[in-house]
Amino acid sequence: MSASDSGSTSHKLWEVFTQPPGGGPHEHAGSVHAADAEMALQNARDVYARRNEAVSLWVVPSDQITASTPEDMGPFFEPGNDKAYRHPQFYKVPQGVRVF
Amino acid sequence: MTPAPASTDDPKRVAEFEARIARGETIEPKDWMPEKYRRQLIRMMSQHAHSEVVGMLPEGNWITRAPSLRRKMSLMAKVQDEAGHGLYIYCGTETLGVDRHDLVLQLLSGTAKYSSIFNYPTLTWADIGAVGWLVDGAAIVNQTMLAKASYGPYARAMVRICKEENFHKRQGYEIMATLAAGTPEQHAMAQDALNRWWWPSLMMFGPHDADSPNSGELSRWGIKRKSNDELRQRFVNLTVGQAKAINLTIPDPGMTFDEDTKNWIFSEIDWDEFWRVVKGDGPCNRERLAARRKAHDDGAWVRAAAEAYAEKQARASSAA
Repeated sequence: MSASDSGSTSHKLWEVFTQPPGGGPHEHAGSVHAADAEMALQNARDVYARRNEAVSLWVVPSDQITASTPEDMGPFFEPGNDKAYRHPQFYKVPQGVRVF
Repeated sequence: MTPAPASTDDPKRVAEFEARIARGETIEPKDWMPEKYRRQLIRMMSQHAHSEVVGMLPEGNWITRAPSLRRKMSLMAKVQDEAGHGLYIYCGTETLGVDRHDLVLQLLSGTAKYSSIFNYPTLTWADIGAVGWLVDGAAIVNQTMLAKASYGPYARAMVRICKEENFHKRQGYEIMATLAAGTPEQHAMAQDALNRWWWPSLMMFGPHDADSPNSGELSRWGIKRKSNDELRQRFVNLTVGQAKAINLTIPDPGMTFDEDTKNWIFSEIDWDEFWRVVKGDGPCNRERLAARRKAHDDGAWVRAAAEAYAEKQARASSAA
């Protein structure tokens, strides 16, 4: 491409999390490129919050996120699978009681 | 940048992958996927992102000449949305292991394609109405289908985009309805825009199913849930009534209604024109790329300044 392009690669990648109005948790919305955190916040606002979608934004450098892998799926989440006693349905209630 | 050929894929893993698609599971970036699936997605998603970006040009052409402040604000917001849509889809494409910078360079060097519709000129203000109504209308039909695509990041970008496109379509239709209800000259202007944009809009859905080289694979892997011809028919059926309601005539005198299928049967598309524009010989192909290259080059100093500022700030904070 042109000379002005040599040396200019993409800015760093940031993951964007938006909190909707109404008290929900922050949720992943997508990503933006930006040279620094402040610019990442401004870009995230312009890209993911043009219509009051957010009352709060988080931006996190993408390379700072540690994630589980698809191969983990079975064994990693296994400890949660066989513990039926963590669910209310595990417990018996005398017939006719409607409190629960 | 192009990943390894598909022949390296283990048939057993391909079978497992296809079983996941068949069960309606969503494929996520770190999941195993056939190389061909990855490559088809990169091709399709980057073309889609480029289309959003190039799509800003025919409409940007009229921002300074919008007939009222209300229309000007709407058009600026719409063009800004298109930039946002391009970014959503580039962001989704990057999850497949490509860099946005490389995709942009493919667009600028002319090796990547984008939707041919944007190689037609916007000659009058009515064209802005026609683009919103027909081009965004066709895009909604296509993107509503893609919102159910098997690749999670693509599907999620489409959900976000579809919500915003409805404003685009309505603002375009409002422009057309206003002109069509105006003076005879204004009505003629709206009709002329419909005449010029109708056939290119039908071409947006791509070749007939039988002539579409990628369709088989895309549908087998759940990327496209409906065929080009099905989507095109749906768009025509939706649009006929909308044209009638504002007293405009679709430029296809041979069009008939099929009572059995409830479909509007339309005449054959000029496929020579379609392929000519796809291959780079449309009315504005060269102009569009030249405008993109100029915008990219003119922005180089801004990107360099942002990098320099970030480095300076980082130095200052590590010294402190």
